Amino acid sequence: MEPINIVNSVIAPLDRKNVDTDQIISKEFLKRIERTGFGSFLFYHWRFDEQGNEISDFVLNKPEYKGSEILVAQDNFGCGSSREHAPWAILDYGFRVVIAPSFADIFHNNCFKNGILPIRLTEEECDEILAKGLEKPYNVEVNLAAQTVTGEDGKVYSFNIDPYYKEMLLNGWDEIALTFKYEEQIAAYEAKRIAY
Amino acid sequence: MAKNIIEKVWDSHVVYQEEGKPDLLYIDLHLIHEVTSPQAFEGLRLAGRKVRRPDLCFATMDHNVPTKNLPTINDPIAKKQIMTLADNAKEFGVELADIGHPDQGIVHVIGPELGLTQPGKTIVCGDSHTSTHGAFGALAFGIGTSEVEHVLSTQTLWQNKPKTMEIRVNGKLGVGVAAKDIILAIIAKWGIGVGTGHIVEFTGDAIRALSMEERMTICNMSIEAGAKAGLISPDATTVEFLRGRRHAPKEDKFEEAASYWLSLASDEGCSYDVVLEIDADEIEPIVTWGTNPSMGTGVSKTVPTAADFDNESDKQALKKALAYMDLEEGQPITSIEVQHVFIGSCTNSRLSDLRTAASIVEGKKLHPGVRGIVVPGSYSTKAAAEAEGLDKIFTDAGFEWRESGCSACLGMNEDIIPSGERCASTSNRNFEGRQGAGARTHLVSPAMAAAAAIEGHFVDVRKYVKQEV
Repeated sequence: MEPINIVNSVIAPLDRKNVDTDQIISKEFLKRIERTGFGSFLFYHWRFDEQGNEISDFVLNKPEYKGSEILVAQDNFGCGSSREHAPWAILDYGFRVVIAPSFADIFHNNCFKNGILPIRLTEEECDEILAKGLEKPYNVEVNLAAQTVTGEDGKVYSFNIDPYYKEMLLNGWDEIALTFKYEEQIAAYEAKRIAY
Repeated sequence: MAKNIIEKVWDSHVVYQEEGKPDLLYIDLHLIHEVTSPQAFEGLRLAGRKVRRPDLCFATMDHNVPTKNLPTINDPIAKKQIMTLADNAKEFGVELADIGHPDQGIVHVIGPELGLTQPGKTIVCGDSHTSTHGAFGALAFGIGTSEVEHVLSTQTLWQNKPKTMEIRVNGKLGVGVAAKDIILAIIAKWGIGVGTGHIVEFTGDAIRALSMEERMTICNMSIEAGAKAGLISPDATTVEFLRGRRHAPKEDKFEEAASYWLSLASDEGCSYDVVLEIDADEIEPIVTWGTNPSMGTGVSKTVPTAADFDNESDKQALKKALAYMDLEEGQPITSIEVQHVFIGSCTNSRLSDLRTAASIVEGKKLHPGVRGIVVPGSYSTKAAAEAEGLDKIFTDAGFEWRESGCSACLGMNEDIIPSGERCASTSNRNFEGRQGAGARTHLVSPAMAAAAAIEGHFVDVRKYVKQEV
């Protein structure tokens, strides 16, 4: 996967909580057997009406947010289905960072495997960034190494991240190749494992 | 020190532990289906890797499969995905219950049926409802496709240890109130994010009194409360369910296994990071009115109004949900008319679910405005139901009796609810568009779905059950 460290872009303010993975990528697009090409289906039923026309007031359809690499939302982002097609769609559309007060566990894990940085800020901080971004296009710079989000107005937001995943993202490592280094421990566990 | 079952199962599966890293956990059972696996197998091929323990994998087709006119698959993209799993299973030596195979079914229905699901195992699948298997005291959770590939290659996963949560369900359920109502009541009470970052153990008298199939319904929807996994400590009910199952240990080994399983139950005096309690006596049949599983209320109640919520974002969420669902604030739940009834899914498609629904519809007819389908959770559930004549009860009432699969729970196959129409569904998610673009889903128990099918709108099934007696 692509390493990630600094991302500088206008934010896309998705002012909703409990955004579930069914909305991120709808079931009719899960039949493909590839990892790529899901971006055009991201938030499909929020972006397009039943005739396939763009719904103009949806955030991703507004010209001022086009090309954004940083999605900002409210609580419990990515809840529901485990489908990794959701982060694949987010990445393929062009986002590298998602900021929210909280993420559903499976979605959160899935981000790290795909070079997407999920950032938890407090609810107040997210509300503040959303409000700024909704008022007029708001540019921020995400710095993973420094664990900061810096607004164009100079406001700095700090975030925590598990050091294991931080290193993984910064280096773009293949986790499976890393785990193979523990072959001895895995074999030792298998030798004594309880199995009925 | 007294330990809860979550700690016992977790600790016994740690392959490697180091400060500053997640734990490397061994995985005992990897269930595989057609939708979340093709990219994982492709990853193995590209890297020249093999499946480390094909003997610990089991695959089936469920999400995409048609539930009628088999073996024809009209959708060419779905067909390709299904064929891809068949090819991958063959190439990598993984056992597959293919379409038409007597073991085929929804992955979370067949695991327990075959005795693959056992207490104390770590079980994963590229599907969030893997939490179902926690009903046996297994640590079971859904994973993404990259993690599927990781497990295929290494039989392990790096996992941060979640916090633990006890949800104690005290007292006794009323007649006509189902396991589904317990879990919907829990989610309605504490919200869909309450379990985030936690593994939940369900305890209490009301849980102990449940059958294994009912326990599966509860654990199945623990993901709908945001939990990483949901478990119930094994007891005699668990052991008896597993006795004689194909993959359960045989004869002399069985008793040894059973005593190991029972030893996994949470110790007296163990602790949890969070404890929540609810009284079963207070739970009534629940109907969801909104667009996530926490938006539900008792059948005797009304759709909430903005005044019921304190903060602005909840008021907005209510407004958005009611606009999508085409419901009014304050509208009685029993005034909601349905055009579709779906009895099926990994939540409620097991034999006891079908029996309950059949007992309500027996000798009656579907309301003229309602189309009903019954989709058994597995081929073997279907055969068992047919052996006792349940199919006849349903078809006589006007329901369609289908082949097994995930079907209208997520509408990946042709079983889709049309835009603007309403479905009383025994499934687990009422998200926007879940059952079809523009479709409106109301989550209910099998008994409530059956009663709505007869009446054409929601009714309190408790009255129905009492009439029957």
